[in-house]
Formats: sequence, structure tokens, C-alpha cells
Amino acid sequence: MDKHTWHILEILEENARATPENIASQTGLPVAEVNDIISKLEKDKIIRKYKTIIDWEQAGEDYVYAIIELKVVLERKQGYQTIAERLYKFPEVRSVRLISGDHDISITVRGRSMKEVAFFVAEKIATLEQVHSTSTHFVLKTYKEDGFIFDEPEKIKRLPVSP
Amino acid sequence: MRTQCDPSCFVADHLKKVPPSGIRRFFDIVCEADDVISLGVGEPDYITPWHIRESCIHSIEQGETSYTSNYGLLELREQISELFSKKYNVEYNPESEVLVTTGVSEALDLAIRAIVNPGDEVIVVQPSYVAYVPSVIFAGGVPVTISTKMSNNFKITPEELKNVINENTKAVVLNYPNNPTGATMDKADLEAIADVVVDNDLMVISDEVYDCLTYEGEHTCFSSLEGMRNRTILLNGFSKSYAMTGFRIAYALGDSEIISSMMLIHQYTMLCAPIVAQLGAMEALRNGNDELDKMIREYDRRRNLIVDGLNRIGLECFEPKGAFYAFPSIQSTGMTSSEFAENLLDDQKVVTIPGDVFGEAGQGFLRCSYATSKDEIQEALERIETFVNKT
Ligand SMILES: Cc1ncc(COP(=O)(O)O)c(C=O)c1O
Repeated sequence: MDKHTWHILEILEENARATPENIASQTGLPVAEVNDIISKLEKDKIIRKYKTIIDWEQAGEDYVYAIIELKVVLERKQGYQTIAERLYKFPEVRSVRLISGDHDISITVRGRSMKEVAFFVAEKIATLEQVHSTSTHFVLKTYKEDGFIFDEPEKIKRLPVSP
Repeated sequence: MRTQCDPSCFVADHLKKVPPSGIRRFFDIVCEADDVISLGVGEPDYITPWHIRESCIHSIEQGETSYTSNYGLLELREQISELFSKKYNVEYNPESEVLVTTGVSEALDLAIRAIVNPGDEVIVVQPSYVAYVPSVIFAGGVPVTISTKMSNNFKITPEELKNVINENTKAVVLNYPNNPTGATMDKADLEAIADVVVDNDLMVISDEVYDCLTYEGEHTCFSSLEGMRNRTILLNGFSKSYAMTGFRIAYALGDSEIISSMMLIHQYTMLCAPIVAQLGAMEALRNGNDELDKMIREYDRRRNLIVDGLNRIGLECFEPKGAFYAFPSIQSTGMTSSEFAENLLDDQKVVTIPGDVFGEAGQGFLRCSYATSKDEIQEALERIETFVNKT
């Protein structure tokens, strides 16, 4: 990857709302070229989506998250893809991962209450025919998500002037 | 009754030749103001990467709290030697040609004291880091300064060097990438300097503490030039590249004759660098590259941002290729560096360092450190613009 592309991706990863003018200023490229590179990155599906990280709790909208580990039985001719599709189509399911270890698949479910999540798992997930067993872990507090730390960032203590 | 004494009578004469640091004076002014944005800081705004801090915590838990060899831990010296062999193709024997020190600051003092006899002249290229001239004076030497110019991208030319050399000249202190200008010298530039060094039988003290922070072109290590290894005392450290300023850890590389002389002083004045810092440095060299690369890319973006911004405001700014400083000219405003910096602080609460702190050659310039967040840089630029438009 060339230096400019790398810069643009890192800038946008940190701040999806960085303007082309600002990116131009940070990379020394003309604005038009920045726009071209971004369009190409979008077209090539390297930039998949522009997202906002929202602290829902801060907004007064409480959500409950649970990590659910699943053991699945695979049927002939059907690999993990089929069960993964069944799972990810539920909007309540926020992530689906094939994992190694004691379980096969790990999903994250979001709901308005523990009860809602528990019922969703019991009714919609546990009853899927490929799902052999489930193990539900409610999330009590998230400290870091996708590289983003929710606590106040560590502040460096420096003297305001040094040689 | 015993007679009272005046303690100032006891202060050694040569110290009176060293003026107090201009930065120190500014520091006192800044500390009284609040809501300031500081572009005055000569150290990274990153906290030391966690893996380095964590390995230091672990080492303390493991009871690694003793002295080390005067030269520093052999394993660290081996890592440093390997780094220079791989990166710059220059070989140093880890047993006798690597000295681990408490910062480049100590290494600089040792280097000068190891080679300077009373009355020897040491050439200091300015604008440059504030410690060079005082270190020469402390060692009983005579500092001779050369002023580089913006029109020449703050590089030193062979002619400028030749002009100040005489039979008393012993050494030259070079610092590229440079604090405060951000200037770099490429291989061809340095080769021309090397020729003059050989012709006049000089030593070079090359402070390359910012070598990793080179954004355009490749850094050339002075001792890697043909014939220069034995004429160079190379200084480098972990403060800038690995954001480890407070650990006080660096090293000097050179021929064993020189390094053992530096060690002689070091063993009686410092004994050894702190072991925790040495272990942290080992971790930095082992696993620090990804974080380092990330920091370099971020500094590079800030560099573009601040240079672009300053030029837009009308403060002509030479394009720095290394370190983390922009060095705009403020001559168009008619103010001196100190007037500009003090008025800017007063009016807009932005801290910058007057260029003449780094030598007379810096008069008419301002050092703006971009080792600060992009938001702060942007805010500082807006405030500077407001200030410039008013004056
Ligand atoms: C050019 C230069 N050399 C040396 C130093 C001091 O480095 P250390 O922290 O290793 O003593 C600095 C710090 O600002 C510097 O800018």
C-alpha cells in the first residue's frame, strides 16, 4: 500500500468525518486527488462503511448485551455458512464469529433488557436445528470495543515548555 | 564571631560564561498562564507504549533492581549493535564500542569531555539544541558557532565549515534531523562535510536522536559514511523514537578508544544507566516497531498540517523533513522572535519558542512543536492567525 493511501485510511479510521480539505492538508495532496483515492477505496470495498461510535448509555438509552457461545451440529453438505447466515439475519445479533475451542460460534446479542435477550436466545437461537447448545454471558460493562477505550484517555503529563 | 560568606564567590568562573536557558525563562512565564495550547514541548505527546511500560513493571516485580555493567546490559548493547549493523551497515563491537547512558544529554557531555582539552575549539552548527554550547564550555572548550540559513534549508555547507576551522579546532557537533529546524542532510550533503572533516583531522559528534523521525528521504547515519566510523561519536537514544523521555536512556557509539574514555567518566559520575530503563529499551527494540511506525505516520500528517497552516497564515515555513518541529519565519511581522512569542502567549495563549533560544541564527524564527494532537494544532493555528491579522 502506498504512503498516501495508508495516511488516508488511518485518518478516516480515526475520524470518519475528516473532510477532504483537511485530509489534503494532512497529506500534502490536492483535494481532488484525495477525493479520487477515497472513491477508489470505497469502490474496491476497502472502505466498507462510515460508522459512529455512540455511547448509548450516556444518551440515556440502555441496552443489554450478551455474548452467546454456540455448539452446532453440521449437516451434510451444509458448512458453517448456512448457520452463520441464519444467525446474522437477526437484527438483534450484532456480531457472528466462527471460533476455535470448546464452542463453534460466538455471537453478540443486543436487547433492551436481560429478559428480552434471554427470551430471544431461548426462542430464536436455541431452537435452530443446527444449534446443539448455548451458553449465555451477559456483558456487565464494556471497557474497550474495537480498539476504542471508553474510559477517559490517559493524559500525558508534560511540562508546557521543554528544549 | 565568624565572618559571613557570599556563596556566589564560590561558583566556578567558567559557569558565568553560560547564560541561563532561554527556554527556562519562557517556562516561568508560561506556568502563570492557563488555557494555553503549547507548541513549546520538545518531547512526544505519546505516553510510552504500554508494552514497554508493562515490561518495566514486570522487571521490578522480578526484582531486577541492581546496578548493571558500567557499559550497560550486554544484551541491550548487542541489540543496539545489531540495529546499526542492519539499519545503517555500520559495525560496533557490543563489548567495547557501545556505551549505554542516561539520555543523549549525558552521552553528549561525556563525548565532549572525552575529547576536549582546555582551549580546544568545538564547532556547533546553529540553530541547534540548547545543550551543545554549554557542554563545550563546561568541558573547558571554546564553542565556535556557525549559522545555517533558511535559504539553504538550514543545512551546513562545506565552505561554512572550512571558514571557521583553525589549528585549535577539535570537533564538530552535528544534529540532523535538527531540533529546532526539522532540517535533514542527505548522503551527498554529508559526504561533502566528511571531506572537510578528514582534511582537517576533526572528530564529529553526531546527535541523531531524531533519526527514526525522518519523513522524506532516508536518514544517513554519519558514521556509515566511508572512513567516518572512527571519526564519529554517534549519539542516539530512546527519548524521541519510543516516547521514553522520562526513562533517561540513550547510548553512544564509537571506536573503543573513545568509548572507553567516555566510560571512564561515566563509571565515576553515573556508574550505570538505570536498569529499569535499560530493560525498557530492550523491550522497545524487540517489539516497538509497529507503534513506532504508527507514531511516525501520525507525526508526518501533523507536519503537513502545521506547515500548510503556517504558510497559509503568511508565516513562511521551510518544509521540515524530520524531528517534530516547524520553524516558521516571523520576519514579515517586524517583531523579534521573543516579542512575537511573548505577545502571542499574552494575546492568544499559544506557547511557541523564540528561535534565538537556539542561537543567534534562529532570530526571526519560531519553533512550533507538532508533537501535540491535531485538534490542538488546528486550534493553535487559528489563534496564531488571529494574532497575526491583528498586528
Ligand atoms: C537534538 C537533541 N539532542 C538531545 C536531546 C536530549 O535527549 P535525551 O532525552 O536523550 O537526553 C534532545 C531533547 O530535546 C534533543 O532535541
